[in-house]
Amino acid sequence: MRRKSNILGAAALAFCLSAAMPLHAETFKFAFQGDVASMDPYALAENFSSSFHHNIHEPLVRYDSKLQLEPALAVSWEIVDPTTWRFKLREGVKFHNGNDLTADDVVFSFKRAQKDGSDMGSYVNGIADVKKVDDMTVDIITTAPNPILLNTIAPLYIMDKEWAEANGAQDPVNLAKNVENYATLNANGTGPFKLVSREPGVKTVLTVNEDWWDKDNQTFNVTDVVLTPIGSDATRTAALLSGELDLMYPAPVQDVDRINNSGVASVLQGPELRTIFLGMDQSRDELLYSSVKGANPFKDKRVRQAFYQAIDEDAIVSKVMRGAATPAGLLVAPGLSGFNEAYNDRLPYDPEKAKALLAEAGYPDGFEVQLDCPNDRYVNDEQICQVVAAMLANVGIKVDLLAQTKSKFFDKLKQHDVSMYLLGWIPDDQDAGSVFAHLMVPEADGGLPWNGGDYGNPKVTELSAKITSEVDPAKRQAMIDEVYQITKDDVAYIPLHQQALSWGVRNGVHVAQRADNALHYWYITIDE
Amino acid sequence: MISLIFSRVLQSFVVMLGVAIIAFSLFTYVGDPISNLVGIQTSAEKRAQLRESLGLNDPVPVQFVHFIDRVLHLEFGISYQQKRKVSTIIAERLPATLELSFVSALLALFIGIPMGVYTALHRESWLSHIMLSASLVGVSLPTFLIGILLIFVFAVNLHWLPSFGRGQVVQIGFWSTGLLTASGLKALIMPAITLALFQMTLIMRLVRAEMLEVLRSDYIKFARARGLSDRMVNFGYALMNTLVPVITITGLQLGSIIAFAIITETVFQWPGLGLMFVQAINEVDIPVMSTYLMLIALFFVIINLVVDLLYYLVDPRLRVKGGR
Repeated sequence: MRRKSNILGAAALAFCLSAAMPLHAETFKFAFQGDVASMDPYALAENFSSSFHHNIHEPLVRYDSKLQLEPALAVSWEIVDPTTWRFKLREGVKFHNGNDLTADDVVFSFKRAQKDGSDMGSYVNGIADVKKVDDMTVDIITTAPNPILLNTIAPLYIMDKEWAEANGAQDPVNLAKNVENYATLNANGTGPFKLVSREPGVKTVLTVNEDWWDKDNQTFNVTDVVLTPIGSDATRTAALLSGELDLMYPAPVQDVDRINNSGVASVLQGPELRTIFLGMDQSRDELLYSSVKGANPFKDKRVRQAFYQAIDEDAIVSKVMRGAATPAGLLVAPGLSGFNEAYNDRLPYDPEKAKALLAEAGYPDGFEVQLDCPNDRYVNDEQICQVVAAMLANVGIKVDLLAQTKSKFFDKLKQHDVSMYLLGWIPDDQDAGSVFAHLMVPEADGGLPWNGGDYGNPKVTELSAKITSEVDPAKRQAMIDEVYQITKDDVAYIPLHQQALSWGVRNGVHVAQRADNALHYWYITIDE
Repeated sequence: MISLIFSRVLQSFVVMLGVAIIAFSLFTYVGDPISNLVGIQTSAEKRAQLRESLGLNDPVPVQFVHFIDRVLHLEFGISYQQKRKVSTIIAERLPATLELSFVSALLALFIGIPMGVYTALHRESWLSHIMLSASLVGVSLPTFLIGILLIFVFAVNLHWLPSFGRGQVVQIGFWSTGLLTASGLKALIMPAITLALFQMTLIMRLVRAEMLEVLRSDYIKFARARGLSDRMVNFGYALMNTLVPVITITGLQLGSIIAFAIITETVFQWPGLGLMFVQAINEVDIPVMSTYLMLIALFFVIINLVVDLLYYLVDPRLRVKGGR
């Protein structure tokens, strides 16, 4: 019933628009391997959903196509005192239903994001209060000084208060209560596109918002957007090559050459902000899954370094990733704020050195250890682990590979039920500081479960806390660099590479590929 | 007779209970549903809170009783991933799968039976040999490969048919049908053929074997001796008698067509129950997975029950035995 009224509404809308629209309607048809979780922008903090929602809803500040912050619904801001930021809202912005954007909507949105059932917690946890100053001004009060507040709130989209309240969507879906929510299937934002119809797992249709405040500053000609999730790699590739799609991602690594040689489409690749790395249990006195009893070889830095130098990352990039990856020396990718090229070098590949280090550490004949690995999360994750196992075998380490589905893997990792593992990390707020907080602070010092090997160094813990609230950029960078140095000296992790983004794009379609894999339709032009 | 029906129904209940236990154990033993409910940066307290509020900390038998209670009230919960009622999602997806399955079953019957008859009557003709060899391909090639080959030829190279989806659908009440639009029919062709191929070859070989058997029997010889026309003998007497097992098999296979539509639906991105199930597995959407399992089990149990009961009605020998 609800969908029907949507379609009726869309038909009426299309009828009204047809008079005003330019003659050429450009429909942008694309496929992703999965679907948006919900039309409620607070339902799931996840890369693809967040990227999709940005086309309908907008934040106070947003990233441009080069990942630089720029004003969106807020035109300006000032820091009133270290914990109070004052935002001036943009005048004349309207929601898709015609309502005006006011301070009430902003306050409502932040409060809604803090409620149970919202997955936006990590963006709004550090916010003590949001206050309306006047109709077009809001104050955001943080619990502690936050130098990267703008980054933190960039993924938080503003919803319409009146619309949400009128439709009973003032709370996010609460699974425990077994009730559905209007916002799961409907949306009303201020963004460049409006939701026309939504069939979860099947098809989602958007149409352009002619009244978008930023329309005159952008050069796109897409008027309609159709998203179809296509899970099968072969079908996604076939649909692109047959001309039924304008774009699809991810383009399977094994099909890249085929697409490039097809003459109808090509693959757009660029480095992603996600770093793939290996972690090791450095806290237990005896490894859970190893032949070594009564000791934890990974507590010895020489062993960690031996593992590092036994792995030929260049071979992984060329053979497993077929060139679609960039070797990494840090867990912070180029393009993230706080990245420093000077520290991004890797220890050289040197199996002889690795053998010598192992012998020095008391393991001349190597040992046996289990490597936990997801097999459906990152590009060729299982194959990377297989190759790593083969390389480690060369220096006498016998690796038992346990490749498993991501839900099982993440479950194990977060309980620290691993001895060695492969993980990928991309920080939500595009900042080095959150990488440290998530991966380099041990649980005993208030660290997060994602530090699966419980790596810790008191100095890093201390710096990580300071980085979170240091407002002076130069001082902050100096501290970040210090963490790089310490964690590299410690061989805290074995960074492998940043996998490449891989979009299959039909010839004649021009897109801006952002390093965080976000696809925004207001950067797309289609040749006529 | 009554006691027989009763024992059959009782058996069906036991089967359903077994499936319910499996479906329920998914909740406890497959991955951690909490990981899929929330994003990666959600705090441990929030996770613990959610675990408590979903009842995941209760003792297992208590959870099972709650589960059965909800199922009996047709409450299948809310999909972890889509945050909508599982019953709504299934109702949306069911028409796509049923249309695909029935069209496939019809294709299998109306192509399989004539092919079987032909190969039985003209055993030595070259066309029979081609059909028999082709049917070997049908049984031995995996479904997904056939699907991908079809896509490659008819979508990528020839651009005749769409490579994915269901085309334009028309909503008639709660039922969405693709049978009324040109694009819907075009989208149906390749998935239906892919899904039908195996059953088609099965039916063809079955009809052929039965026909050959029947053609050798005495009453056919007598019919011929009476001077009845070939057409009358072949179709009126021989085929009619072969159809009993064919109909039985087709009935039973209908359940497996619906169940095995999973692979075909995945290859063609056909928005039916099978695709829903695969998507649910990827996201560890346990309420959807368990409901799907119970639904498919219910299909099988009902079909088997009906077929079993029909046997007793049709075959007098079984009735006598049962009556003893």
